[in-house]
Amino acid sequence: MKHDVREEAAATVVALQGDIDLSTSPQARSLLLDQIKKGKAVLVDMGGVSYIDSSGVASLVEALQGARKNKIDFRLAGVSPAAMRVLSLARLDQVFAIHDSVEDALANAG
Amino acid sequence: MTSPPSLESSVSDVMAALGERDAELLVELRVPSCPDRLRLVRAGVSAAAQLCGFGSDDVCDIVLAVDEACQNVIRHAYKSAPDGVIVVALLRDRHSMIVLLRDFAPTVDASRIKPRSLDEVRPGGIGVHLINEVMDESGFLPPPSGHGNLLRMAKRFGVTGC
Repeated sequence: MKHDVREEAAATVVALQGDIDLSTSPQARSLLLDQIKKGKAVLVDMGGVSYIDSSGVASLVEALQGARKNKIDFRLAGVSPAAMRVLSLARLDQVFAIHDSVEDALANAG
Repeated sequence: MTSPPSLESSVSDVMAALGERDAELLVELRVPSCPDRLRLVRAGVSAAAQLCGFGSDDVCDIVLAVDEACQNVIRHAYKSAPDGVIVVALLRDRHSMIVLLRDFAPTVDASRIKPRSLDEVRPGGIGVHLINEVMDESGFLPPPSGHGNLLRMAKRFGVTGC
């Protein structure tokens, strides 16, 4: 898994790329929780995620819970159909704020 | 840890014991219980599912189910020890693609492996739920040699889960 972090006015954008699976989800979890601790809205750009499993989903859920606890806005954008399928199967597609694009998510972040 | 049986016996014994002599073996994958090897399993399962004629959505579902099952083996059966062995046999018969997942860890109590309620939003514990959602059949069978664990999953042809 690769990642890129950039600062936008409305949020920190964390772009994830590759597979988020049992071997890489600890890295994703740590990365997201570190960003949330900074106190600014976090937007996860999932456009480059080719595969996600339950451990990857767990990392996102943990980040969401951390954001809620710290009253931080947390959103997902660019979720592929395959990743959305996993979120739907886990009944989390209505739990996360999910946007088609990063631009749309940034317009709603804050 | 008990030494795993040979490559040949692990599949032929299992197929005979399950009465699946009519099933055709597509491929058998044998990997150590390391998380970073699951990528290799996923690639093999994807190719086998495509060979069976499944569409892309079903291929993704089957890959997810096998990956989740392997994760459970690594985390719960082998307790994250990297020196275990996982054997994934992929077969097909006239009706289904069949996955046999074999490990050689202490036998688990299959009656205790149940999906948790999804009403509570919390991290983890959804692997069994995902497997049950995307596969048509899933259940533990007695391992032929009397030790380890044997999970059988099947996805029927012509039935889409999407």
